[in-house]
Amino acid sequence: MSKIEEKSIDLATQEALQKAQDENIKTTWDRLDCQQPQCGFGQLGSCCTVCNMGPCRIDPFGEGAQVGVCGANVDTIAARNLARKVAVGASAHSDHGRDVAHTLALLAQEGEHKHASGTHTHNYTIVDTEKFHKLAKEFGINPENKSKEEIAKELSKKLLEEFGKQEGELAFCQRAPQKRQQLWRKLGLTPRGIDREVVELLHTTTMGVDNDYKNILNTAMRCALSDGWGGSMIATEVQDIILGSPQPIRGKVNLGVLKENYVNIVVHGHEPVLSEMAVKAANDPELVKLAKSYGAEGINLVGICCTANEVLMRHGVPVAGNFLQQELAIVTGAVEVMLVDVQCIMPALHEVSNCFHTKLITTSSKARFPGVMHIDFTIDNAYETAKAIIKAGVENFPNRDKQRVSIPKHEMDLVAGFTKEVVFNILGGQYRSTYQPLNDAIVSGRLRGLAGVVGCNNPKQTHDLFHTVLVKELIKNDVLVLQTGCSAIACAKQGLLIPEAAKLYAGKGLQEICEAVGIPPVLHLGACVDNSRILTAASHVIAQGGLGEDLSDIPAAGCAPEWMSEKAITIGLYFVASGVYTIFGASPFAVLGSKNLTNYLTNEIEGVVGGCFAFSDDPLEMARLMIAHIDKKRQALKLKPAMY
Amino acid sequence: MSKIVATSVIRGAKQIFKEAETFLNKAIKEKGPEQKISFPETAFYLPMANALLGVKVETLKEALPILEHAKSLLPLDPSEKVWLPYLGDALNAGMSTLFCEEIIMALRYLYAQEPQKDCIGFFSDTIMRSLGIQLVDGRMAGFAAILGAAPDNKIAVEIVRGFQQRNILVFVGSSSNGRSIIDQLIEENVQMGWDNYIVPYGRDTLSGIYPLNWAIRSALTFGGIKPGQAEKCLLYTKERVFAFGLTLGPLDDLKYATGAGAINMGFPIIADTDIPEIKPSGITTYEALVKELDYKKIVQRCIEVRGVKVKVASVAIPVAYAAAFEGERVRKEQLHVEFGGKASAAFEFLSTNKENEVEDGKVEIIGPDVDALPAGAKSLPLAIIVDVYGRKMQRDFEPILERQVHRFVNYAMGLMHVGQRDMNWIRISKDAFAKGFRLKHIGVILHAMLHQEYSAIVDKIQVKLYTKAEDVDKLLGAAKKVFDERDSRIAGMTDESIDTYYSCLLCQSFAPNHVCVVTPERLGLCGAYSWLDAKASFEITPTGPNQPIPKGATLDAKLGQWENVNEFVRQKSNKSIDKVSMYSLMDSPQSSCGCFECILAIIPEVNGVMIVHRDFSGMTPCGMSFTTLAGSVGGGVQTPGFLGVGKLYIISKKFISAEGGLKRLVWMPKELKELLGDKLKKRCEEIGEPDLLERIADETVATTTDELSAYLEKVKHPVASLEPLM
Repeated sequence: MSKIEEKSIDLATQEALQKAQDENIKTTWDRLDCQQPQCGFGQLGSCCTVCNMGPCRIDPFGEGAQVGVCGANVDTIAARNLARKVAVGASAHSDHGRDVAHTLALLAQEGEHKHASGTHTHNYTIVDTEKFHKLAKEFGINPENKSKEEIAKELSKKLLEEFGKQEGELAFCQRAPQKRQQLWRKLGLTPRGIDREVVELLHTTTMGVDNDYKNILNTAMRCALSDGWGGSMIATEVQDIILGSPQPIRGKVNLGVLKENYVNIVVHGHEPVLSEMAVKAANDPELVKLAKSYGAEGINLVGICCTANEVLMRHGVPVAGNFLQQELAIVTGAVEVMLVDVQCIMPALHEVSNCFHTKLITTSSKARFPGVMHIDFTIDNAYETAKAIIKAGVENFPNRDKQRVSIPKHEMDLVAGFTKEVVFNILGGQYRSTYQPLNDAIVSGRLRGLAGVVGCNNPKQTHDLFHTVLVKELIKNDVLVLQTGCSAIACAKQGLLIPEAAKLYAGKGLQEICEAVGIPPVLHLGACVDNSRILTAASHVIAQGGLGEDLSDIPAAGCAPEWMSEKAITIGLYFVASGVYTIFGASPFAVLGSKNLTNYLTNEIEGVVGGCFAFSDDPLEMARLMIAHIDKKRQALKLKPAMY
Repeated sequence: MSKIVATSVIRGAKQIFKEAETFLNKAIKEKGPEQKISFPETAFYLPMANALLGVKVETLKEALPILEHAKSLLPLDPSEKVWLPYLGDALNAGMSTLFCEEIIMALRYLYAQEPQKDCIGFFSDTIMRSLGIQLVDGRMAGFAAILGAAPDNKIAVEIVRGFQQRNILVFVGSSSNGRSIIDQLIEENVQMGWDNYIVPYGRDTLSGIYPLNWAIRSALTFGGIKPGQAEKCLLYTKERVFAFGLTLGPLDDLKYATGAGAINMGFPIIADTDIPEIKPSGITTYEALVKELDYKKIVQRCIEVRGVKVKVASVAIPVAYAAAFEGERVRKEQLHVEFGGKASAAFEFLSTNKENEVEDGKVEIIGPDVDALPAGAKSLPLAIIVDVYGRKMQRDFEPILERQVHRFVNYAMGLMHVGQRDMNWIRISKDAFAKGFRLKHIGVILHAMLHQEYSAIVDKIQVKLYTKAEDVDKLLGAAKKVFDERDSRIAGMTDESIDTYYSCLLCQSFAPNHVCVVTPERLGLCGAYSWLDAKASFEITPTGPNQPIPKGATLDAKLGQWENVNEFVRQKSNKSIDKVSMYSLMDSPQSSCGCFECILAIIPEVNGVMIVHRDFSGMTPCGMSFTTLAGSVGGGVQTPGFLGVGKLYIISKKFISAEGGLKRLVWMPKELKELLGDKLKKRCEEIGEPDLLERIADETVATTTDELSAYLEKVKHPVASLEPLM
């Protein structure tokens, strides 16, 4: 790809890319070029590096070797490769969940400590008490007559036990419709303990264990479910409790949110526990005063990737961009500090930041760069850490080379903050809080159905193009779109997340719903870890009634059109295992080398779990497939066709 | 909710809140925080606040937290661009409006500003209960609340008549451009009032709370829902109260805000102006807000949008025909001709005949018709003789069918019917006559309606109408003999003489856990269903609400408990009631739906019980009025010591026989004594207490327990000799 317009449809990205090119700064697109041609065996999933007898690879044309040194055929090899990615993806989200649950545990200890000494050393508390008590009850803890510390102690213990549990079922599986729970039990897919499922999956993929690709997939699904209905869900729930549950909120998006006369701090990554403090610290009068003393008008905190989504959902903090814009934010020359936590942080950031005055600061002991400033974040030093980082940014302001600053002027409004809980109130108010209007809309055919469009960016595709073309096509056909992660940011930049978008892009039925409720046709549900919100929202839809008994009955489909991360594979698999038809774009999973596995994933598995994968590299075709699937589900429910 | 609508709603809600706040502060300042406030004749305080928040507001001070809550429900106005979701906000604003309007109305009562001229004002609990049975049996299909004024009087009348013809009760009120539909109807001499299905509530939009805080009480009264269970109450009104709003003329912020409150209750709004519609459903069953600009279609549109199930009788007569006309009066100045009453000899008589002697549909007039009255005459003698034949017809059903003549004739617009048998009185108005109504049409009505409602037992019906005095006299003699036979047959019927009782589950559409068991000696608590009625109803609709209960083994003859009755009640009460005593007030008494004619209540201080009927609004010795008492009885729950009953149960031999029967009765309103008159006297004689009636206290001698106690002692009421109740 040479032309900038082919790299991204986003004008801000194009401008920043032009600047990078002009200043000879290499970005992900350049590195992709350098990687061409990419490894064919890797793409097909037919290369095995599991043991030291290899590496082995299977000849896709059937002429050369058809089995590895150990005798593993391409089905086993491809399935094991896929399974390992699932384990990694699940680990990422679940470890995130564990950290958040641990924060809750520390909060409880802190409470005890506080009672003893009367001092207060960290800055977290219970923000959403209602949800806190509800969750406690879900875990069999009666919150009556207990201090929040006592409840937090019991609850965090139970939550952390979910990771180490050896037997039984993950508690959140009970949130799924009865029929789905029964199916999981019947198929042996109900996850027992989060860590156990990851470990067991990895075990089965080592040399000489599981050779049955279907069985490997089963184990992989159980592991994926332990993420979606386990680790991710714990992360979402506890974050809402200690950081606040999102409410519909306005925000702004794209590189234009960086401000020329301000100290610009970019938070990037996935875990919001520190960035929450950064939001507070950025408003610290002392720091603001300091910034002014350096000639800045103030401190401007913005986000990239899912950390951005988290602080957007809770505070309306502006979003500078999605995954592929992380380097470009620095390229504007206007970023004093980029604070990163975990996941999706390109190693290249170090080099790009070295081209400018920008300080890259790592904060997680799990994610470090050689030669990069590291300020270790722990929850008992949260605010101080955040303040130190912001201060470093403020003090870096005089180092900015104003000649090299060029911020693209593009920014867009958006509305975010939709959660499964919010839906009740925005549809029914305080007294009639309900999902009924949503179900009614689908039953009546005003809405054709629901779609989850999620996932990353990938330079192999024109940046943001797949997300936006697909989503526009879906809403045109009266499909209400739920989004998370970088996909939501992509569509936000194109103006699809403002309520006005309904009139411009949505079909008549969806328009009527949006107008009635006052929502955009595309709803932002949060970070990629918050895909769990989609699962629970779908369970509420079933519980409300009229749309079948199982998640697989709902006229709905999912898609990750520009995916790149292993987390996306895990998410895709837990959606499929929950009964959702799910399309992956970019390039398909690295499984095409195995016809059997490909057929299983895209076809046979639907008969087992009610959902399956499809692969496509055309956003309009993705939309057609999703709509066809939705219509198929409408028919199965004997619903009238879409109204308009 | 379109943004324009949401914005109006929120603006209106804020305005109404402001008014409530100002008014309440003024009242507190002028009358003090302890000043009592209430609506007349209700046990539900400020009903909306009571139902939804579970609070009992009795003083000005106690209204403050309600106002505070209403304030907390007020959202920000939707922004012009990049607005946040406003549907939930607008619904919250609607709720705020309901609370505030109710406070304003209660304050107006305090300042004697309500009810407004020609208006009913607050609807009492009694009205709600007495309408209960009409709601469940389909006579009253739904409720329209009209707000505003039609473009002209003619359209106003047409719309209201349209609803009446479909048996929809119409609440009229509010105004647009300074004009109210109430005055439009007054100008057109339209009869209004509960009996006419047209009820004026008030000329401003705020008084629109009356139909709404009336509807919410039905959830507490019939639904057995506890005060404070807000969502259940609102879902109850959505699913079971078929009401809707119709706005005539331009909508202002106040109407929008009130409408949003109604939508929370599941009541959609139909407008006659070009407003943004809210089509998606979910809060309401179908569309929430729609427009219909064509007045010819507007009534039908309302019915569709609310999903009202209208049962319209198709009767080929030249005047409108619907249950809504049942209560209409024909006054002297409107009179064309009358029969019976004090004017002439008249009676009606229905009997079974042989198949070959009944020609279905035949209507004969023997004598002059109403267009051939002697000069100056305003009355004629009349005998209405109805011959029926049906394979499943039984002699016992004759009086039941005959009793329907009253209802069926009354349904015709311009006709009035009072009484039954040889005590009847029929009037035909000048309007009806001018439209072509003749005597044969009475035959047409009876033929059509008996077929429509009793086709399961009646195959053929013919009607003869005699208008010559000699015929009427002759036929009456024969009929009277039959009337006497019927009376003695019913009098001889006892609970022991038959082995099957009947259930009545009619009210389960309103009170899901309530089961009535109807026996020969205990009629349904609504007073409308005797054992024979229930039996006939079962024959007519074998899968209907009246099911036979073979009583099975007797478990306790004194209490009146039978094995199968208990099992039946257990099943049909959704397992909420395990056993029921037919003859006891204290031990597992029957539950009540809420439409009882009378309430029995224990007065422990005198070891007796009192009874009060629905129409008595005064205080009773138990310290509660009927409405307050009723609050603790309805909703399908058993409350020992309290019991809803039909009036005629008082003269039954089984009247709380487990507690000593009539001798236990120490107080009843005078009016009720008079109503039961000779029958009650006779019953007193039967139990060997011929002067018991005088010894039972009434409101003229006692309205407190002390007074009652003193009176009972003075007259030596036999209750003193009975064993303790508790």
